[in-house]
Amino acid sequence: MHVKPNHTFEPKIVAFVCTWCTYAGADLAGTARLQYPANTRVVKFPCTGRIDPVFILRAFQKGADGVLVSGCHPGDCHYMAGNFHARRRFAAFRALLDFIGVDLQRLQFSWVSAAEGGKWVEVATELTERVRALGPMREFKELEAQEQWSGAIDSPELQEAYEAVGNI
Amino acid sequence: MSRIGVFVCHCGENISRTVDVERVAAEAARLPGVAYATDYKYMCSDPGQNLLKNAVTEHRLDGIVVAACSPRMHEKTFRNAAKSAGLNPFLCEMANIREHCSWVHEDRDEATAKASDIVAMMVARVKKDKRLVPITVPVTKRSLVIGGGIAGIQAALDIADAGHQVVLVEREPSIGGHMAQLSETFPTLDCSQCIMTPKMVDVANHPNITLHTYSEIEAVDGYIGNFQITVRKKARSVIEEKCTGCGVCSAKCPQKKIPNTFDKNLGTRPAIYVPFPQAVPNTPVIDRANCTWFKTGKCGVCQKVCGPGAINYEQEDQLIVEPVGAIVVATGFELYSITEKPKGSPIKGYGEFGHGTIPDVIDGLTFERLASASGPTGGKILRPSDGKEPKQVVFVQCVGSRAREKGISYCSKICCMYTAKHTMLYKHKIHDGQAYVFFMDARTPGKSYDEFWRRAVEEEEAVYIRGMVSRLYQKGDKVVVMGSDISVGVQVEIEADLVVLATAVQPRAGADTLAQKLGISYDSYHFYSEAHAKLKPVECATAGIYLAGACQGPKDIPDTVSQASAAAAKVMTLFAKDELEREPIVAKVNEKNCVACLYCKKVCPYGAVEEKEIRDRQGNLIRVVAYVNPGVCGGCGTCQASCPSKSVELDGYTDEQIMAMIEAL
Repeated sequence: MHVKPNHTFEPKIVAFVCTWCTYAGADLAGTARLQYPANTRVVKFPCTGRIDPVFILRAFQKGADGVLVSGCHPGDCHYMAGNFHARRRFAAFRALLDFIGVDLQRLQFSWVSAAEGGKWVEVATELTERVRALGPMREFKELEAQEQWSGAIDSPELQEAYEAVGNI
Repeated sequence: MSRIGVFVCHCGENISRTVDVERVAAEAARLPGVAYATDYKYMCSDPGQNLLKNAVTEHRLDGIVVAACSPRMHEKTFRNAAKSAGLNPFLCEMANIREHCSWVHEDRDEATAKASDIVAMMVARVKKDKRLVPITVPVTKRSLVIGGGIAGIQAALDIADAGHQVVLVEREPSIGGHMAQLSETFPTLDCSQCIMTPKMVDVANHPNITLHTYSEIEAVDGYIGNFQITVRKKARSVIEEKCTGCGVCSAKCPQKKIPNTFDKNLGTRPAIYVPFPQAVPNTPVIDRANCTWFKTGKCGVCQKVCGPGAINYEQEDQLIVEPVGAIVVATGFELYSITEKPKGSPIKGYGEFGHGTIPDVIDGLTFERLASASGPTGGKILRPSDGKEPKQVVFVQCVGSRAREKGISYCSKICCMYTAKHTMLYKHKIHDGQAYVFFMDARTPGKSYDEFWRRAVEEEEAVYIRGMVSRLYQKGDKVVVMGSDISVGVQVEIEADLVVLATAVQPRAGADTLAQKLGISYDSYHFYSEAHAKLKPVECATAGIYLAGACQGPKDIPDTVSQASAAAAKVMTLFAKDELEREPIVAKVNEKNCVACLYCKKVCPYGAVEEKEIRDRQGNLIRVVAYVNPGVCGGCGTCQASCPSKSVELDGYTDEQIMAMIEAL
């Protein structure tokens, strides 16, 4: 029985999922009437391989407090190798997010197959709880406040390179 | 200016119990671009669909969102309804407010809010939807079957009997596969050759079947309905058209001591040979690695004795290109080797079992050759080391199979039954002999299978010992088998004359290379993966390619034949139409932006990306861009996410559509 918790902050979680595995897994959770927090909003992709990291940034910018990316288990991809490309892409992207100051706990990658309704519930619940504890996503706003760069190129090397490009 | 219609379904009470559907519809009506929003008890019912169709014409809608169940359930239904109302079906989207909302959230306010959000996202998306037209591709009504075992033979005959051309490619000099090697088959003890060879002859004589033996698949290009395959016909050194199959060449060949692989190295054969007397085609092949002419340039006996003059030492490999519309893969299996650890085998070896050092430890197929009337001993069961009749035989099951610690977790499925069969064959031939079987479980599901196994235990008096074997070693002319009987908790030691190991069924060596050529997926053991474990068991995820037999997983003969016929039926279904229609979810390249880095080509799992040359009117090359072949494209979108210049776009999942959904949050 799902008891409605009394929270002041309800995080918004965006889930980018692949049609074949995780979307079907979430469907299965529904068919089995497994209950989980109502914070996730699912965006369906044909494959995790289609997910551009820009979408994740955009979701954070647009008010998501947490992002979940989930697809087929390695080796099970409907498109043979899409999820491997995704895995590699996100390994690099996570490092970048960390570098720009986004708390990596807000971004979760997982593999949920079409048969794993229970795992979908687990993943969605865990991420919701974790992000709830972290509070609203403020990193981008803070970054904006910190960012004082005027747009001027200050290093001589960059200046030189800039001029070289300008002259072409 | 878009005019979107939103249709919220109650799904009886399935949705309306936890989602305030009227409120969802009312909120949807206030979304920008929404011209009409309503709710209805059963949207998918006839009246529900009519409501939708009428609304499309009445309110001149140019996009609709149906908020109901999962698109996996009814997307087709509503897209068809949209189509019959004159709307492009790809301008119809579903908001999943049942599986993803009402069924998983009990709080009415939360669920309603979430449902409204989902609807808003889909409304934003549908506004960016493009009219898409299903792609039609012509079908070449010829089929390729790879592998000439019982699976390939059955599939080829079925397709050919339906009136379509079949190209059958077999790697060995003869078709027949493993089934031709078997002595008798369970559970009826039919003689394998007797039921197999007529089918082999049918294949050779069938007017619709082109048979390429001693051939391998060199390359596969194209896509469903339009494959181009290149077959490498290896040089036999024998001209097939001239050879009469008289066999004089084999009889006169001075080189006679080459281990006969068909007989599992129990006998020998000459350098020019047919694998077995009933081979199809009955054309010999020169084993160049062992032929004196090819090694030293002297001999040439076969050429001298050949009446029709069919021997040609200068023959070269031929490359044949065949256009086909569908491919059945039936490459079969091989047994995990006990004599050598095969390259790339996931099994970590059985050092404690002697691993080929003891001559009287053999595998199941070797026993089949010993028991076969056409085998090297003429059907007498004689042990390989000294040709004596073995009076005590130990059969060991699950060697390699179901042994996670050794590297294979799956059950090889056929061993329980063939070991039971072996004990019977043994007992039928050596009446005073005793068969022991070390087993962990007996797994005999199948029609008349359990009865068969019981017969082996109860009537033929095979002694089944529940437990694993820990060690095998040679002691004089005996093989001592040490194991445990866990049902009574004692150590067992048997001095056996012959030990037969039921070794794991594995895919053919090179299964991975072929899969890469075909663009199909395989599991960690290199068994080919079906598109869906339950509902698409013979299809590959790659359209137009089907699976039959043990290349997909361990299978017995009845299962293999059933699957082969199923694959053939799928091919015939495909050939029933002149043109194929497929979802237009494919990637397109924006040629203006493309810088031809071809990163998309590197990541495309289907090999759908080609280089396209753009030329001016004089035919001068201006530049190169990427081009996605819509027939080959699977629609995963990996190219789009990887494109540094954002020049590829996947129809149905464009950046605009996805961004619109994210912005609607």
